[in-house]
Amino acid sequence: MDDLLADFVTETLESLSELDLALVRLEKAPDDQPTISLIFRLIHTIKGTCGFLGLPRLEKVAHAGETVLDKLRTKALRVDSHCIGLVLTAADRMRMIIDTLSRGLDEPAGDDGELIHALNELAEGRVVATVVPVATAAAPAPAAPEPARSAAPATAAIVPPEAVAKLVVPDQVDAHGEQQSRGQTTIRVGVEVLENLMGLVSELVLTRNQLLQILRTTGRPDQSAGDAAEGSLATPMQRLSQLTTDLQEGVMKTRMQPIGNAWNTVPRLVRDLAHDLGKKIELVTIGADTELDRQVLELIKDPLTHMIRNSADHGLETPVERRRAGKPETGQITLAARHEGGHVVIEIRDDGRGLDPVKLGARAMTQGLVTEERLRRMSEDEIRRFIFHAGFSTAAAITSVSGRGVGMDVVRSNIEQINGTVDIESKVGQGSQFLIKIPLTLAIVSALVIGSAGERFAIPQISVVEIVLPGAQPDMVLDTIDGAPVLRLRNRLLPLVSLTRTLRLHTEADPSGDAACLAEKVVVVLTVGSQRLGLIVEHVFDTEEIVVKPVAPVIRNIPLFCGNTILGDGAVIMILDPLGIARASGLGMATEIRSRSADTGIAASDGRSDLLLVRAGPGAQKALPLALIARLEMVPRARIEATGSRLVTQYRGALMPLVALDPAVGLSGEHQPVLVLSDGDQHIGLMVDDILDVVRDRLDVEISSDEPGLFGTAIIDGHATDVVDAGHFLTRASQNWFRQVAAAGPVRRRVLVVEDSDFFRHLLVPSLSAAGYDVTTANDAENALALRDSGELFDAIISDIEMPGMDGNSFARKVREGGPWSKLPMVALSGKDDAKAGREAGFTDYIRKFERETLLASLEQCLAQHVAA
Amino acid sequence: MNASASTVAARPPARNATPAALKEREQGFLTLLVDGQLCGVPVLSVRDVIAETVVTRIPLAPPEIAGNINLRGKIVTAIDLRRRLSLRPAPAGRHPVAVVAEFGAGSYALLVDQALEVLTLDPADIEPPPPTLGAVWIEFSAGIFRLPDRLMVVLDIGRLLFADQEAKA
Repeated sequence: MDDLLADFVTETLESLSELDLALVRLEKAPDDQPTISLIFRLIHTIKGTCGFLGLPRLEKVAHAGETVLDKLRTKALRVDSHCIGLVLTAADRMRMIIDTLSRGLDEPAGDDGELIHALNELAEGRVVATVVPVATAAAPAPAAPEPARSAAPATAAIVPPEAVAKLVVPDQVDAHGEQQSRGQTTIRVGVEVLENLMGLVSELVLTRNQLLQILRTTGRPDQSAGDAAEGSLATPMQRLSQLTTDLQEGVMKTRMQPIGNAWNTVPRLVRDLAHDLGKKIELVTIGADTELDRQVLELIKDPLTHMIRNSADHGLETPVERRRAGKPETGQITLAARHEGGHVVIEIRDDGRGLDPVKLGARAMTQGLVTEERLRRMSEDEIRRFIFHAGFSTAAAITSVSGRGVGMDVVRSNIEQINGTVDIESKVGQGSQFLIKIPLTLAIVSALVIGSAGERFAIPQISVVEIVLPGAQPDMVLDTIDGAPVLRLRNRLLPLVSLTRTLRLHTEADPSGDAACLAEKVVVVLTVGSQRLGLIVEHVFDTEEIVVKPVAPVIRNIPLFCGNTILGDGAVIMILDPLGIARASGLGMATEIRSRSADTGIAASDGRSDLLLVRAGPGAQKALPLALIARLEMVPRARIEATGSRLVTQYRGALMPLVALDPAVGLSGEHQPVLVLSDGDQHIGLMVDDILDVVRDRLDVEISSDEPGLFGTAIIDGHATDVVDAGHFLTRASQNWFRQVAAAGPVRRRVLVVEDSDFFRHLLVPSLSAAGYDVTTANDAENALALRDSGELFDAIISDIEMPGMDGNSFARKVREGGPWSKLPMVALSGKDDAKAGREAGFTDYIRKFERETLLASLEQCLAQHVAA
Repeated sequence: MNASASTVAARPPARNATPAALKEREQGFLTLLVDGQLCGVPVLSVRDVIAETVVTRIPLAPPEIAGNINLRGKIVTAIDLRRRLSLRPAPAGRHPVAVVAEFGAGSYALLVDQALEVLTLDPADIEPPPPTLGAVWIEFSAGIFRLPDRLMVVLDIGRLLFADQEAKA
């Protein structure tokens, strides 16, 4: 029986029970109009669905019943017991048919002519001397519970009569249950109920762990007392432990869904991709029934889709190339899932060209991700992992399918957010294979408990690579570079962060925290995105299974914590967020700024954003959003050259124009601090006098400015600060520098940007223009609609969600309603995460503000789909 | 506002009394001591009073956040009422009492010097706080009661628990 029919059977049985109750109610109160309407609706729905599913017999009965109810509804007919009886009979007949269906059979043959005739006559106001009995529910059912009775006598001889009755009843139920198997073996339960159960069970598991720990520790110091306690408690404790485990598994099962649910869009996707790319692709899925937690399932959908796109676009060759390589024309993408320990392993495999470590390495070098010397020492697998690096795209030419710049680093950060890992294996010419390992559930995670200055914290185990005691071996040496501590670990330099310093664990006895820092000797090596860092701590205690609980709202804005938990010994501890630690310590700046991670959120929900403070020229300090900056560089004076009136420097193998943030920025000192703003492979450098700090603050421009390049003045970190219009400098550079690039591109496509904030509009326009779009702006939805009415045409629309007046969602609905724009791709930009509402309103895609590259990729994708459609 | 006890019933309902409270008339208040000042919180919003408790500090949290408490398997964030009300810090060695109050979906613990008794009072007797009261007290009080021997400040739990901040977020 297919799912559709199964759902129909379940629903109809529910409706029929409701119908019975309603009919009885109606008999008692014949004028109850709402009940009549309810009955009409129930029968009407059954009838409608039957037609759809191709169940003619059921449909005819339902139709005749509906006709009667329609007369009752319009008061053309009066409710009496004959009428009720007849409708009940019709309900029974429908139930009988459904029963047969629920056993996986076709609609039973049979004649309902008499019943239908009686119903029709009734509808006409005539009473037929009915031959159809006003039967009980069981009577028309063909399978009477005979077998039950034959089974009973064996026991009947030795039990009292009333017990027989009791015995028979369950048997009857069994016989009946078999009949209605499909209809009654599933019940629908709200997800909330399951979530709640899961929460309770997780708590139970922790309490059990606590008990076990107490039992273990009390056993040790005093052997005799401990033995007695253990002896009497051991057995029930063991049972409790086993039961708890069983219960946990049972409840987890209720939340499990086959991974096939996340895959059901893939065949279509592959078909479309094959078509768009001119490739022949065969999709093989293995293990679609592998189950995992529905929460995890939801979160894995997008990364999976992205990786399939990637395999089809970058991995597989065209038929011609394949033939030349001696492979079958049709490429294969395999999607496989299996359970492995407490994890689900998903493989995405293609038999395409594979990833060439030589080419990848060269590309990584030109992008400045690695030095030639270091590259030589890297293994092939290590080099392949560059594809998970931010901004690294493997396609030599940018295609519409995989987009530009958005790559595996997004996939990786998505997977890491659910405590998963992703890795790649590849053989040149034979194909690539991505391995994703994700936990079955997010409710319980494994964590390492560490401590400094007498306080303990948990770190998700998945981010911990290793624990190192520096100095224990000659290839692990603590060192400092320019005052910053580093660890030389197996010939690699690892930036170090002190837990005491990061969390300011100063006590009254140790106000500077120096003593606590000195006591920190152990280095916990963490992976954060694609980089590593060492966290220096005093103690490493143990690993524990913990339930992550959200922190109270008042402390939610501390970015260093991702939750709190209660340990086995009852202590409440905070869970550290490795990404938060890296960001707080400024490590993100030293290497690559992870601009696309979800919580970088320039427009985070609290309205605050990360701002880079710099000094440039006289006057106030200047600020610009950190998200706009790709890197901070100290360019040696000797490397700055003048070409004509412009300054340039060599950067990542190409010339980068340098622009002074303020005319008074002087070239002094041996190194010039430069902020690198980049767009794909194009970079421009903003020269400043000094890089001051990164702060997280609200960006409210209080005094606006007429000076080009400045938005105005805001109070940031307690000081008057000039807010820099990065867009101004980007445009200036793109006019001078990128013009050829833009002009050489294909036909410029027109994009409408609807955004109320000047600030965001100024940021969007230059990046879109630089990407080759022709941009028109509207500062609110009404103006945008006015553009439509005046006959303006665009290729795509980008709209803010939160706007004064008509908001983005209403705007989207208006656009979709009709008119020349109704079919245009629309991308929503929002500070909040409410993609569902956005999509319902008609947006094609939904993107967080400031995820510039995601936006560009989405635009490309939307436009490509639009053209294809 | 110098009404004597005999005219209490005739007085119009105080501004701060909620309609629900008026229907019930009598309402229980748990009285507390914070830096010598008698305060009260509606007993219906109090879930627990714990005398001995371990408060785990939360690094980088605002100063009025004392830390987290394990309340029978639930994590409850504790607020140091002395700090919240900008009073002097408690003398060293004194163990505060945690009054666990519910607000919205969550619970918070208010750390006070002492929890005393539950008084049953008529919310109609609440008077607005006199303007001479300190600004902090005015911000966090829902009014005052004149008890026979002293004044009791009714604390506004919502405000104490950062309701204003949550609304903004």
